[in-house]
Amino acid sequence: MKLVVKNGTVVNPLVGKTEKTSIVIENGVVTEITKNPDTKDAEVFDADGLFVAPGFIDIHVHFRDPGFEYKEDIISGLEAAAAGGFTSVCTMPNTKPAADNVETIRYMYERASKGNGVKLYPIAAATKELKGESLAPIGELAEGGAIAISDDGRPIQNTDLLKRVMEYASTFDMMYVSHSEDLYLSETAQMNEGYYSTVYGMTGCPVVGEASQIARDCMMAEYLKLPIHIAHVSAALSVDIIKFFKERGAKITAETAPHYITLTDEALGGFDTNTKINPPLRSEADRLAVIKALKDGIIDAIATDHAPHHQREKEVEFNNAPSGIVGLETALPLVLKLYHDKELSIERIVELFTAGYKIMGLEGGKIEVGAPADITVFDPAYQWTVDKNMFKSKSHNTPFHGFHVKGAVSATIVNGKIIYSRDF
Amino acid sequence: MKHLLGIENLNKDQIMNILETAVSFAEINQRQIKKVPTLKGKTIINFFAEPSTRTRTSFEVAEKRLSADTYNIAVSGSAIQKGETLADTALNLQAMGPDAMVIRHSVSGTPQLLTEIMDCSIINAGDGFHEHPTQALLDAYTIWQRKGGFEGLKVALLGDIYHSRVARSNIYLLNKMGAHVSISGPGTMLPKEVEKMGVTVEKLPKYAVQDADIVMMLRVQNERASNLLYPDVREYSRYFMLTPELLKLAKKDALVMHPGPANRGVEIDDVVMDGEQSVILEQVSNGVNVRMAVLYLLLGGSDK
Repeated sequence: MKLVVKNGTVVNPLVGKTEKTSIVIENGVVTEITKNPDTKDAEVFDADGLFVAPGFIDIHVHFRDPGFEYKEDIISGLEAAAAGGFTSVCTMPNTKPAADNVETIRYMYERASKGNGVKLYPIAAATKELKGESLAPIGELAEGGAIAISDDGRPIQNTDLLKRVMEYASTFDMMYVSHSEDLYLSETAQMNEGYYSTVYGMTGCPVVGEASQIARDCMMAEYLKLPIHIAHVSAALSVDIIKFFKERGAKITAETAPHYITLTDEALGGFDTNTKINPPLRSEADRLAVIKALKDGIIDAIATDHAPHHQREKEVEFNNAPSGIVGLETALPLVLKLYHDKELSIERIVELFTAGYKIMGLEGGKIEVGAPADITVFDPAYQWTVDKNMFKSKSHNTPFHGFHVKGAVSATIVNGKIIYSRDF
Repeated sequence: MKHLLGIENLNKDQIMNILETAVSFAEINQRQIKKVPTLKGKTIINFFAEPSTRTRTSFEVAEKRLSADTYNIAVSGSAIQKGETLADTALNLQAMGPDAMVIRHSVSGTPQLLTEIMDCSIINAGDGFHEHPTQALLDAYTIWQRKGGFEGLKVALLGDIYHSRVARSNIYLLNKMGAHVSISGPGTMLPKEVEKMGVTVEKLPKYAVQDADIVMMLRVQNERASNLLYPDVREYSRYFMLTPELLKLAKKDALVMHPGPANRGVEIDDVVMDGEQSVILEQVSNGVNVRMAVLYLLLGGSDK
C-alpha cells in the first residue's frame, strides 16, 4: 500500500523546513520526501496549493466515554478529531467512572482500537474519583497506559494534596496537568466578572480565580523542580504569571483554546448557553494578551477543551446549563484567522497544533523518513460557513454556528491511511 | 414592538409612548367600572418562576381590566419541578396558543431564551439581576407625573445594586431620558465597572443623596449567611439606611421611592417610608396603569 501526498507545501517546523515537495508513504511509514516522487502503483493525493503538516494533536478533549455516551463516545469523538485534522488526542479523566482506575484506562484503549485510527492517549485522574481528597493509584494508571494526570474540571484546592500528587507522580514520570481555578471564587459564577457581567446581570468570576491558582501551581512546580502543564489559559494576568515562572526556569508549558482568541465575554449578551465555558470567555484585553502569548511562545500549544453536551442540557436557563463547547471541528479555521491576520506564521500555527507531542512526552510532530505517516493536509484559503449539523461529534454545542471562516482540513492521514477527507 | 425584554433596547420615543399611553389607562383606573374590552379574546399566561406578590398581582389586575383571559403558573405547580426542561415547558405552553406570556425568572436572560422558542409576545417581569422593565417604566411614570419631566433630574439609587434588576433597568431608562443617576452601596453590592453604564458611583449614600430630586432605595436581598455581603443588619442600617437625617441632604421636594418589598429598619426608616415625601404606594398604583399600557401596545395597539 503506497500513498503519495503530492506537491504540497510541507510545513515541518520541528525539522526546520517549509518547502513544496511530495511525501511518499509505504506501509504506514514515510519512506521518502522528494520533489520527484515515483507514483507508479500509488494512490496520489494532490496537495497542490495546500499545506501538509505533521498530524495535529489535541491534548485536551472530553470524550465522555464511559458514562456519558449520549454526549459523545470514543468512536464519535475520534471521528470529530479526524474531521478537525487531529491524528492524536489526549482525553481528560472526568468520565463515569472517572479514569482513576486501570480498568477504565484499558477500556478507553480497547474502544479506541475499534475507531478510525486516530490515536487516543488517556490522561488519568490525579485523585480518587477526582474528589481532590486522596491520591489515585498513579503508578498502576501509568502502567496501564495513562500518559499524564489531571484534575480537569474538579481542581485540587488542597495545596498539600497538590504537592503530594506531584511528588508521587514524579516517581512514574507522570506530569500533572492543572485546571487552575479557585472554586470559592467561581462557586456561583456564570461568566467572567467585569462590565458585561454587570450589564447582563450575572454573577462573575474574576481572572484572579484562575491566575492565583496558576501562580500556586507554578510555584509548586518550581519548588519541586517538576514539570507542570497549565490547561486552558484564558487571561492576560495568567499569561504574565506563566511568563514570570518560565523566565525563572521552571518547567512549565501552557495551552489555550481557540475560543479564547476568538470571542470575549461580550458574546454572552444573547444568553446563548453555548457561550458558557469554564474558564469563561474574558475581556478583549485578555483575548489580545492570549494571542500575543501564542506569538511570544509563552503559550505553547492550542488545545480545544472539546466538551460535548447534549442539546437538551444546553436548552435550559443559563445558570442551569453545563459549561463547555465542542471544539475539535472548528479549531483549525479559528486559529488560521491569526495567519490570515498576519499575527502568526504558518510555521507557528503548525507548531501550536503539534507541540502537544513534546509536552506529553509522545512520539510525533515531525514528517521524516522512517516515522509513522501521521499527516494533516489543510487548505488555508477555503471559505465556508460553520454548520453544527455537519459535525461528526454527537453534540452540537458550539457558539460558532453560522460563523464564516477561512481555512479547512483537506485530509487527515494516520499511519499512511487517509481516514478523513473533506466532502464539503 | 413584539416583546418587552428590557429597557436597554428601547429608545426615548418608545418610552414616552408607553408613559403617554399609561395616562389614558390611569383615567380608566379612576372610574367606577375599571374594565375595558380592549384585549377581549386574548390569552395571557403569567409564568412566575420566582416568588412575587406585587408584580404578579399588578399584571393580573392590568390584564383583567383589559378583559384578557389570564392563566397563572407558579413554579411549584409546574412541570419544571418534575424535571421538564424550560424549552419543553415553553413549547407546551406555546401549543396552547397564548398571545403573550409574562415571565418572572431567577435566571438572567430566560425571557430572551423564550422568544427564540415561542411565537407569542414575551414580557419580562424580572429576570435574575438583569432587567425589570415594567418596574422602571412605572418608576418613570411616577417621576414624570410628579416632576413633569426627566431632563436634569438627579436620582440617587441606593443599596444593593449588584443583585438589582430594578437598578439596571432604571439606569438605562433614566439615562435615556436625560436624568443623572448617582449610586451608592457597600463595595460588595456594587457590580464591576458599573460606572461604564453612565452613573456616578459614590462611596457613601450621603454623597449620592446630596441635592437629589429622587431618592430610590433598593431592597437588600437576603443572601445565605455564608455569602453575606454585609456584616449584619445593625451595621448595614447604620451606614446605608435612608433616615430622615440622610433625606434632609436631598432637595426639599425630593421624592422617596422603593420598588418593594421594603425591609423597614434595614434599608429604609419607617418615618421616611411613611413620610410625606414617600411615593411608594403611588408607584404600586401606577404599576397597573403602565402594565395596561404595555399590554395594550404589544397586543392591541400600534407602536408609533
